[in-house]
Amino acid sequence: MAPRLKLFVPLILFAVLALFLFRGLALDPREMPSALIDKPLPEFSLPSLGQDQLLSRSDVVGRVVLLNVWATWCVSCRVEHPYLHQLADRGIPIYGVNYKDDDADALRWLDQLGNPYVANIVDREGTLGLDLGVYGAPETYLVDAAGVIRYRHVGVVDDRVWRTILQPLYEELSAGVGGQ
Amino acid sequence: MSFLRCALVFSLVLVAGQALAVIETYEFTNTELEVRYRQLSTELRCPKCQNQNIADSNAPIAQDLRKLLYQQLEPGASDDEILDYMVARYGEFVRYRPRFSGATAILWLAPALLLLIGLLVAFLTLRSRRGGSASAAPQLNADEQQKLQALLDKTEKDS
Repeated sequence: MAPRLKLFVPLILFAVLALFLFRGLALDPREMPSALIDKPLPEFSLPSLGQDQLLSRSDVVGRVVLLNVWATWCVSCRVEHPYLHQLADRGIPIYGVNYKDDDADALRWLDQLGNPYVANIVDREGTLGLDLGVYGAPETYLVDAAGVIRYRHVGVVDDRVWRTILQPLYEELSAGVGGQ
Repeated sequence: MSFLRCALVFSLVLVAGQALAVIETYEFTNTELEVRYRQLSTELRCPKCQNQNIADSNAPIAQDLRKLLYQQLEPGASDDEILDYMVARYGEFVRYRPRFSGATAILWLAPALLLLIGLLVAFLTLRSRRGGSASAAPQLNADEQQKLQALLDKTEKDS
């Protein structure tokens, strides 16, 4: 009997391989968990876009906020922009990190497309981006009231991403603040 | 002659590839730092273009990380300090040789394990093959022996 069972070995190997490959189809290797999840938002002191003042960590921390890394050279950011307006209209505080961009270009962008941000942190050299582990734009961080990073989304935030991932987390964290 | 020409073209192509690999150059105060820079930049993975190291990639983030590497090497940071700094920001993912941990155990142990399994299979196969040929004949019992002899006798008579 054993030799006959041996004939099934290639089939079993194939099945196992096919299972792994099939699983691989649904995985996006770019969706890496950030190394900063559950870590405090890094300290920074950077200019505010279009304003003559410096922004630091304490200006952002205090309530549950979205931190959106964007730039005018980033095509996906333009796709994402209208949805950020929708979120801002619903009262979600969004802080922008204008990542490795030109101030004049960024101001023109906000002038033309509207400004959904509470304020924009100018990260011209990408230093804050480096501390955040940003590797491209757009990226969106969910920061809780205590200033701890709870989630990082790489890529465009759209209705699906908001409703399935960010909104539940956002509401959970906001409710936690209200209850305290 | 044509072989020489081919070899020359081929070697030039190789050199051209190397020239492209390095996008910007940094001046190091001593060669030991430069060697470490080369070594670390091939060991750090570009987070954006995931199958390249930061020495090969021309993505902006790889450029930043090379600059950072230079800025940390010059004041005398150790390899471990630099790697810890990178891992704190980009995760264990950023290293091509991640630290041994629960999550990376299978990565480190799989080759040794697979080799052991391979050796075991090879050993068992060889043993059964050698043992099989030696023990096949005596396994016939008396009854079967008789039958075999009868068959052999019969074929001899037929021919």
